[in-house]
Amino acid sequence: MITLEHVYAVVGLMFAAFAVLSIVDASNPKRLLNAAFWGLLALSLLFGSWLGDLGNGVLVLALVLIGGVGGLGVGRPATTTQEERRESAGRRGAWLFLPALLIPLIAVGGTLLQDHTGLGAALIADRQTTVIALGLGCVIALVAAVAWLRPPLLAPLQEGRKLMDSIGWAALLPQMLASLGAVFVIARVGEVVGGLVADFIPLNGPLLAVTAYCLGMALFTIVMGNAFAAFPVMTAAIGLPFVVQRFGGDVVVVSAIGMLAGFCGTLMTPMAANFNVVPANLLELPDRNAPLNGVIRAQIPTALPLLVANIALMYLLAFR
Amino acid sequence: MLVLLGIAVVVAGFVARINPLLVILAAAITTGVCAAVAPGVGPAALWAAGVDTLAAFGKAFNDSRYLHVVWLVLPVIGLLERAGMQEKARGLIASVRAATAGRVLLVYLLLRQATAALGLTSLGGHPQMVRPLVAPMAEAAAETRDPALPDRLRFRVRSFAAATDNVGLFFGEDIFIAIGSILLIVGFLQQYGIAVEPLHLALWAIPTAVVAFAIHATRLVLFDRALARAAAGAEEPR
Repeated sequence: MITLEHVYAVVGLMFAAFAVLSIVDASNPKRLLNAAFWGLLALSLLFGSWLGDLGNGVLVLALVLIGGVGGLGVGRPATTTQEERRESAGRRGAWLFLPALLIPLIAVGGTLLQDHTGLGAALIADRQTTVIALGLGCVIALVAAVAWLRPPLLAPLQEGRKLMDSIGWAALLPQMLASLGAVFVIARVGEVVGGLVADFIPLNGPLLAVTAYCLGMALFTIVMGNAFAAFPVMTAAIGLPFVVQRFGGDVVVVSAIGMLAGFCGTLMTPMAANFNVVPANLLELPDRNAPLNGVIRAQIPTALPLLVANIALMYLLAFR
Repeated sequence: MLVLLGIAVVVAGFVARINPLLVILAAAITTGVCAAVAPGVGPAALWAAGVDTLAAFGKAFNDSRYLHVVWLVLPVIGLLERAGMQEKARGLIASVRAATAGRVLLVYLLLRQATAALGLTSLGGHPQMVRPLVAPMAEAAAETRDPALPDRLRFRVRSFAAATDNVGLFFGEDIFIAIGSILLIVGFLQQYGIAVEPLHLALWAIPTAVVAFAIHATRLVLFDRALARAAAGAEEPR
């Protein structure tokens, strides 16, 4: 049976390969920092379960210092030219999208098979099924693409490393924010915020609770620059205790739409640099250094009505 | 109340534009140490609280390694890009004969939202798609209709191109079951002993996705009209 640890091993080996290929990449002046960063991530994925809690904490500290102080570079392994790509695109046509489409198809199909068939249940573990099926889909799609395209042996790893380098330390951000959320839970930050909200806003009905939760998600996301950071705090403070537990809202609907209410906040904040500031720089907008640059101003009239719509949808769907 | 200092660290760090990785770890340690502050608690105990927080952070970090499984797509995507997938995608979009800025962006909104919903979030993005392709195409369409396009509107078209990418991504990706935010919800609820299926979370993201498309598409249509009015106004004899 395929379990999450098997998938971690494959991902870990991929990052170990990125680390080794980084060392010998003379095009990247920071190649040793890249190698150390991806190498430590490989260590976490391959042996994280044996390192102990403090060991993992020290590993995070090292990753943060490398990525946050030293900084990563971007490797430029040899690849095909623009002309070769155009020629290949013309020759191979829309079939090029097929291996990429295989991945989500296998991820969804594998999850359904595990749920509903004996063969699927024997093949894939029943914890984190979707993630395991996604990993399986990537491996199958890669094998299919290599068999079809017949690239040089190291090409998939080199192309993957190039994309990984361009993502850089930001690859760690969702995991870091999830862990910060866990520390907030231990320190009862959500309850403190929830106490403040409960003291100052009367949550004496499902509509008020839903409104407070969605507005809280959006506001906290505007401050934190990321709905991932707002979600654990606001859901622990208002979503779970009030909307779900006191008023009986459906936890799946509440958390799914709550996250999307947070995304409305992401559209309105310069804190979400990679979505709202980076494009303003790339597109050379004259007001790119203003707190409310052109991109954010173009998004606010979509974000505000959508936030209201999320409140209405949560209220209508969670208390069916 | 003191534990809210961790949130203050996040805000201050982002305002000062310090690397977010450093800010987040500093905020976590601050929160953990502040939670231990009480009358009669000495520096040694606070140091121990800091170490305990690092361990708790390490445990949570280890428990959320599933967020990295998604990077397994990169070798596949890279290999396909090497074989010209982006060029093919550009050719497909360019062959859509919809020569207004709003319609170009409407098609892109649809493609971006649909591919993000299939988990193909790397098919778009600001450096890869918006700057080299979407913004120039929308700008060219606007220029064809109004050769004297003023700078104010040119930058407005570019801003809309970036905004359209974000809206399509945010309200498409949550329909895919293995995207970061869905996995974060699953992991968070797990800490409270609540088991939910990613597929069910993804299903309930669909209503918002439909509304998001309707709102932003309406705005793009209205934007086209505003551009047409500006063009007509400029053509009138003075």
